[in-house]
Amino acid sequence: MKAAVVVFPGSNCDRDLAVAFEQAGFDVSMVWHKDSTLPEGVDIVGVPGGFSYGDYLRCGAIAAQSPICKAVIEHADRGGYAIGVCNGFQILTETGVLPGALLRNAGLKYICRTVNLKVATSESVFTQGYNAGDVIGVPIAHHDGNYFADAETVKALQDQDRVAFTYEENPNGSVADIAGILSENRRVLGMMPHPERAADEGHGGTDGAAVFRALAGMVTAA
Amino acid sequence: MKARVHVMLKNGVLDPQGEAVRHALGALGFDKVEGVRQGKVIDLDLAEGATEADVTAMCEKLLANTVIESYSIEMA
Repeated sequence: MKAAVVVFPGSNCDRDLAVAFEQAGFDVSMVWHKDSTLPEGVDIVGVPGGFSYGDYLRCGAIAAQSPICKAVIEHADRGGYAIGVCNGFQILTETGVLPGALLRNAGLKYICRTVNLKVATSESVFTQGYNAGDVIGVPIAHHDGNYFADAETVKALQDQDRVAFTYEENPNGSVADIAGILSENRRVLGMMPHPERAADEGHGGTDGAAVFRALAGMVTAA
Repeated sequence: MKARVHVMLKNGVLDPQGEAVRHALGALGFDKVEGVRQGKVIDLDLAEGATEADVTAMCEKLLANTVIESYSIEMA
């Protein structure tokens, strides 16, 4: 099982994400933003959190135009698996791989704390390790995590069971309390909370580890 | 040749920064401000021959996120 973690200038959760993949049994390679191809036979791509390109213009906007992102989009278009966390979620919405956008938090403050998430669906490789309705504690750390999509898109996400996680107490103004969503083929997950920061005993909680454990053995190269 | 691009959050998209500015203006005693929307102005220096269509393409591809933002272009 091979995972690739993309590294942009300003990424700061890339190594955490790599460790979470490794602990779940993946061989992980780090991929630089100027690379134009993913390593051969990659089963899943991780787009990490951080402040790619200093969040200039909009969070994730410049990263979305980088050479490696073209390869990530092609990977997703072929039916490949990908997970984007925090800035990675922002990047995946900027590329159009996932719908909607992340706005400035409604309270305007950067928020860094563990929040309770409800698992909204267990019907995906990312969430099958949970039961729908489970409540898990996962850290958030963002200034622009206020998920927005028009009413039609939100309805489609809900009707197609593509909301992966919701906030129990909405910290940032996200529409419909949405914390994470799935692509139409359910093979791409974007979420603002950081499951890779709740994946080891040393983190103070392991509620996020099931995301990576569930992926092991389930994803295949596209 | 120059172009100026204005990027604004679309109507209906909450602008928390604009709201914060509105509150601050109210606190300063400017009590006739009923709403504030904050956006971006991007000035482009363009080579001869660049057209408004080029700038439109730049807006669609990068300068604006049309999921949440609208834009307008002034060519000069």
